[in-house]
Amino acid sequence: MYRILSKKILNETVQLMEIEAPYIARRCEPGQFVILRVDENGERIPLTIADYDRERKTVTIIYQIVGYSTKKLSQKEAGDTIQDIAGPLGKPSELKKHKRVLGIGGGVGAAPLYPQIKKLSEMGVNVDVILGGRTKEYVILEDKFREICQNVYIATDDGSRGHRGLVTDVLTKLIEEGKEYDEVIAIGPLVMMKAVCAITREYHIPTSVSLNPIMIDGTGMCGGCRVTVGGKIKFACVDGPDFDGHLVDFEECMRRQRMYKEEEHVCLIGLEG
Amino acid sequence: MPNMSLKKVPMPEQDSKIRTKNFSEVALGYTEEQAVEEALRCLQCKHKPCVKGCPVNVPIPEFIKEIAAGEFKKAYEIIVRENRLPAICGRVCPQESQCEGNCVRGIKGEPVGIGRLERFAADYYMKNVKNDVKEVEKNGKRVAVVGAGPAGLTCAGELAKMGYEVTIFEALHTPGGVLMYGIPEFRLPKALVEREIENIRKLGVKIETNVLVGRSITIDELFEEGYQAVFIGSGAGLPKFMGIEGENLNGVYAANEFLTRSNLMKAYDFPNSPTPIKVGKNVAVIGGGNVAMDAARTAKRLGAENVYIVYRRSEEEMPARLEEIHHAKEEGIQMKLLTNPVRILGKEGWVTGMECIEMELGEPDASGRRRPVPKAGSEFILPVETVIIAIGQTPNPLIRQTTEGLDTHSWGGIIVKEETMETSKENVYAGGDVVTGAATVILAMGAGKKAAKAIHERLNK
Ligand SMILES: Cc1cc2nc3c(=O)[nH]c(=O)nc-3n(C[C@H](O)[C@H](O)[C@H](O)COP(=O)(O)OP(=O)(O)OC[C@H]3O[C@@H](n4cnc5c(N)ncnc54)[C@H](O)[C@@H]3O)c2cc1C
Ligand SMILES: Cc1cc2nc3c(=O)[nH]c(=O)nc-3n(C[C@H](O)[C@H](O)[C@H](O)COP(=O)(O)OP(=O)(O)OC[C@H]3O[C@@H](n4cnc5c(N)ncnc54)[C@H](O)[C@@H]3O)c2cc1C
Ligand code: SF4
Ligand code: FES
Repeated sequence: MYRILSKKILNETVQLMEIEAPYIARRCEPGQFVILRVDENGERIPLTIADYDRERKTVTIIYQIVGYSTKKLSQKEAGDTIQDIAGPLGKPSELKKHKRVLGIGGGVGAAPLYPQIKKLSEMGVNVDVILGGRTKEYVILEDKFREICQNVYIATDDGSRGHRGLVTDVLTKLIEEGKEYDEVIAIGPLVMMKAVCAITREYHIPTSVSLNPIMIDGTGMCGGCRVTVGGKIKFACVDGPDFDGHLVDFEECMRRQRMYKEEEHVCLIGLEG
Repeated sequence: MPNMSLKKVPMPEQDSKIRTKNFSEVALGYTEEQAVEEALRCLQCKHKPCVKGCPVNVPIPEFIKEIAAGEFKKAYEIIVRENRLPAICGRVCPQESQCEGNCVRGIKGEPVGIGRLERFAADYYMKNVKNDVKEVEKNGKRVAVVGAGPAGLTCAGELAKMGYEVTIFEALHTPGGVLMYGIPEFRLPKALVEREIENIRKLGVKIETNVLVGRSITIDELFEEGYQAVFIGSGAGLPKFMGIEGENLNGVYAANEFLTRSNLMKAYDFPNSPTPIKVGKNVAVIGGGNVAMDAARTAKRLGAENVYIVYRRSEEEMPARLEEIHHAKEEGIQMKLLTNPVRILGKEGWVTGMECIEMELGEPDASGRRRPVPKAGSEFILPVETVIIAIGQTPNPLIRQTTEGLDTHSWGGIIVKEETMETSKENVYAGGDVVTGAATVILAMGAGKKAAKAIHERLNK
């Protein structure tokens, strides 16, 4: 059992939790994730380690309520416990000491992006980020990014904050204005990462993406998380989740993520609140 | 007077029509009377050929004698001297090629049902005897065990009995290894595995779940934490794929994923259990081992109408247990023998069929088995919506990638000295599937036992 030390509501569908997890807090690095089970008969779901505190032995997760398990998780409060949390899983991100890097976070993707950007800024890299969301309420962690970035650009679908439109509009604008980036790190919905890669490929900017296929064990024993990268099969939970975005077969990823579309729906039935 | 019947006392079983609609155990076990009757078939041979066939040398005639005399508790106590998980071994060991394969009674007629009797003794004990384990005096030495499968559990139990403080580190949320996530409920009830693990905990063994060695902590860090020896029993859990077209279509599973969803995550009980699983009306399972049989029989229970085992050799070469091939056939699993998949076909991203080619047996290969060769022009299409790949597994590379000085074979298995299970790294031992590649429960247990003995000798030098 693992104790929840604090909980914060970031917006209507996104919440943050700080959880006591000594083994994970001791060794985790940006880019890694955990698999958790909310309660005894729960399913295993992957969530990125959004922050960690080695001294307090805690990890922070930020999750969007999209279905059964994240909803169950959201019903827990500070002081409650969750059944299982395993990790750190996946390979740490390969962060290079570039001059300038652009981070792009779509919706809750800003959460997994944060530890990478934080580490880069600690390494002395100049970082800009673009954060996107449906409306201004869906843009998360803006203040935390402002502390470590030179520029924070915002894009919302309805224009309630920053640019009206998509993160990719802002990306194109920045490149056309002559901003030079050694690398782009994009994390968000697959369609967003795919669109970002289409642009950066044209401008020959190396781009790292973080893939989020369906996972079960997260330790490399089932192959459920397999993705095709550069024509080869990779297991995202052990070979990733970060990959060279220009080599990823996004169409296949999107298709495989929809595998349990119908079943996920059934699962919402019978859950209160 | 021995019972000279040529046949084993039959074991009651669930009817094949009913059992394909549930996940309850198929073989129901002997009653006391049946057990005594079967035990009386044993001739109490002086040279005990059966014992030589048992990888952990259970004193077979001795325990059978106690059953024949109605001393069921004593029978159990004799077995556990050598075998910590008898309720499991009695159910899943391939007895036909081990103890029973050597039984004198098998020369004319059927061998003594040693596995069934072992199972009976273990079940009887669990049901009727309150098990209070004596506190063992601790010797102050600590040993870490990686993986809570049969190899790790056995090694830990043996060391605990000798007074060591043992901690098992297990990556998943539940200990048991393949016993929990691989072998299905209808062959090995999970409540029973949990009870056997409870018995090992009672010996003082600590089990830390959710710790993936190589990521959560490394082997070198375990020594820094004060462990004086490490046993690696992490199994062979990395699924192989075929490398054919269409393997990433929706509807294609590795057997490990399919079985983990169903067994460990109880997806068969969806939506009461939140983990989903998808089976079409028609399912092809590729492979001929225990894993393939388990996947096929699980698919049938999940509601598939036609389940095919697609195997490139003939039935004689199938590595699965005889009893399970027999059960599978009874349950209506269709065998497509001497058949090999060529590619998986799909429409809009979902599996619609599998193209196969017929094979014939050619010259024997290096392993002595006749090599299957494709028959030109014999391609045909098997219409299926689900494909389950069960062509084998290799050890997960994580530990070897994060442990310096640990020598492994090119296929990933850890290299050990056979007599002691010592690896190339000082005070690190290994055993079970991580050393041999996918093998059997009892061989994994035997390796765990041997390693415990060697660790004990080493730490007392
Ligand atoms: C390595 C990794 C890191 C992740 N990090 C985060 C994170 O930091 N914050 C966060 O909010 N989410 C993250 N996710 C996604 C998260 O795992 C899913 O949102 C979660 O599993 C949904 O569970 P559920 O039971 O609530 O929803 P379900 O009922 O299972 O599904 C609801 C919806 O979510 C989609 N979905 C299901 N599984 C996934 C998945 N693995 N990835 C994306 N969509 C999925 C389904 O298609 C469906 O539309 C991560 C995923 C991976 C693989
Ligand atoms: C479906 C199926 C059916 C089978 N049927 C039979 C049968 O009928 N009879 C028979 O004798 N054999 C059968 N086998 C084979 C038998 O189960 C295995 O040979 C046996 O379980 C091997 O034991 P092990 O302890 O070496 O490994 P495993 O049982 O694989 O256990 C290894 C454990 O280590 C954990 N682990 C792995 N890596 C790490 C890590 N880095 N850190 C921490 N923990 C880790 C795993 O999660 C797992 O719990 C079957 C196997 C399968 C898959
Ligand atoms: S070989 Fe068969 S008959 Fe002889 S002792 Fe063993 S079990 Fe009994
Ligand atoms: S989630 Fe099972 S192999 Fe990655």
